[in-house]
Amino acid sequence: MNLAMFIQHMLNSLTLGSLYALVAIGYTMVYGILRLINFAHSEMFMLGAYFVFWGITLGHLPWPVAMAIAIAVTATLGVIVDQVAYRPLRDAPRISALISSIGVSFFLQNVAIVFFQAIPREVYRPKWLEDPIITHGVRILPLTLFVPLLSLALMLVLIWIVYRTKAGLGMRAISKDIETSYLMGVPVNRIIALTFGIGTALAAASGIMWALRYPQLQPIMGTIPGFKAFIAAVFGGIGSIPGAVIGGLALGFIEIMTVAFFPDLAGYRDAFAFVLLILVLMVKPTGLLGERLEDKV
Amino acid sequence: MRKMMLLCLALVFAFANTALCADDTIKIGVFLPLTGQNAFGGQLELEGVQMAAKENPTVLGKKIELFVVDNKSDKVESANAVKRLIEKEKVQAIIGTYGSSLAMAGGEVSEKAGIPQVGTSCTNPLVTQGKKYIFRVCFIDPYQGAGAATYAYKTLGLKTAAMLVDVANDYSVGLSKYFNKSFTKLGGKVVSTLNYQSGDQDFTAQLTKIISEKPDVLFIPSYFAEGAIIMKQAKELGATFKIMGGDAMDNPEITAIGGSAVEGFVHTTFPYDPSMKNMTPMAKKFTEGWKAAYPDKEPNVNAALGYDAYMIILDAITRAGKADPESIAKALAATKGFQGVTGATTINETHDAEKPVGLVIIKDGKKVYEGEITPEL
Repeated sequence: MNLAMFIQHMLNSLTLGSLYALVAIGYTMVYGILRLINFAHSEMFMLGAYFVFWGITLGHLPWPVAMAIAIAVTATLGVIVDQVAYRPLRDAPRISALISSIGVSFFLQNVAIVFFQAIPREVYRPKWLEDPIITHGVRILPLTLFVPLLSLALMLVLIWIVYRTKAGLGMRAISKDIETSYLMGVPVNRIIALTFGIGTALAAASGIMWALRYPQLQPIMGTIPGFKAFIAAVFGGIGSIPGAVIGGLALGFIEIMTVAFFPDLAGYRDAFAFVLLILVLMVKPTGLLGERLEDKV
Repeated sequence: MRKMMLLCLALVFAFANTALCADDTIKIGVFLPLTGQNAFGGQLELEGVQMAAKENPTVLGKKIELFVVDNKSDKVESANAVKRLIEKEKVQAIIGTYGSSLAMAGGEVSEKAGIPQVGTSCTNPLVTQGKKYIFRVCFIDPYQGAGAATYAYKTLGLKTAAMLVDVANDYSVGLSKYFNKSFTKLGGKVVSTLNYQSGDQDFTAQLTKIISEKPDVLFIPSYFAEGAIIMKQAKELGATFKIMGGDAMDNPEITAIGGSAVEGFVHTTFPYDPSMKNMTPMAKKFTEGWKAAYPDKEPNVNAALGYDAYMIILDAITRAGKADPESIAKALAATKGFQGVTGATTINETHDAEKPVGLVIIKDGKKVYEGEITPEL
């Protein structure tokens, strides 16, 4: 393997990893506040992507406008899902909400199959994304630089929201003890709705990025990135925003390098992701940057 | 006494039931992937079957009733789907399916129950191997793989090849095996074989490796959804080699999704394409019928095979003069020179269809039917 090839592999893993990271941030956010693994996240990811490309092909909107609208619409949808499927179960055992989220996930997937049909759709990409920058035999896709920067920016914004704003204070309070927060006058439902709004907006944003990188829309497109991002979130420490970013990048790196160094095992790289998950759960159940378990119960 | 009466009653009902069934309808089951990974192929095939059923709703003066079950692109669901068609709907024959893995899972159930099954586009040799009741209207992978290899080596003069194979898919593994065999036998060399798994969307690692090996041609026995993405990523990574594939890449959406990345892509397929110059009367009729029924959608070979699968069962029932599963199977096995949309079809002793291998090239963003090739096995 020569240097150019190694750098190419590194860039490939950076692209894949930061996409995982972007999805994982949304997962981890909802989990951090509500202790709920929201499986419907994958479907919000898919819907976000569809909405953008609808906006562009049917609505003839310019890129940034279509993206903003799609993210807003998906975020609203996320809030509605919370109201309908999770809020009535707030006092029920945690497993009920988890099962409800699996139900929502299947429901949305099937609705998408009915409305969008199962045939993959094309994605129109802006011209500047299509042309790679070539230096010394290494090909850099503009997206390769764009997505990690976006992930980093979003991470910083989220950390600012969580640690520097009043709503963030509420989120942290709810994550510690939801009942006491009620008693202390925290507008719990409003803050949870906000959390879902932000989490879903992130899912939509990552769905759009994903569709730009792997230009194809399918009703089931969210499932595999969703699983991978979940693994990434657990690996980094679910509930931790920097953890999600590190987990995502690590997973992307492992997947690409598995293929680069052990080409014969290329077909089984998903297995490596799951082995990683099991190992992490065995050795350090809270993940790399996870909080101590005592806080969560 | 009471027990006897109940027994009598039960018997009467049982007979009445079978009598009702045999009366005036012939039941044909269809199991296809309408959701999941392979839904894009399954839906086109279903539309083909439904179009054939609409045009030919009766045989032997009896009405034909279609029962459609979704196998969800899943091997277990596939077996369940066939079980349901046989046990609950009591069908006399079954059409399906897209996807060799799915056909094998469903075929076992059909074989045990003795219900004839006609595969649409399941091309793996194992689908019909040692089976008495399983048939298909498509040719098999050795034939197709050899066709692609012959075209690459002899017609295009390409000497080294790489392959990117879906290890979770019997079709992909089979096709790559036979391409390899033929290409090597002709004198070519396969320089690298890399794998992926159905549902993967990132192929950059494999492609970076393949590009460094500098093959003349990359053979991707993929399904269309993955194939289009592979070609896009290959182009982004600067690949300049020729790319070839099999019949699973035959989908009208390919140029829309692949864009400029699929330019020059060649795939083997069954001898039908709407861009074909010398169409048989059947193909012409099918194309015109399709354009009337779906004005905004191009027909493709999957739709044509769905159509043919229905028609070949009808042909068998007509020749048998009755519609019990045993006679249908016997008549199917004796099919000779059946004029279908995808050319003249003869069912051989292994229950596979014998027909030429077609080649389609993508030129200027359009699918162009290039002609047929005789593979060197």
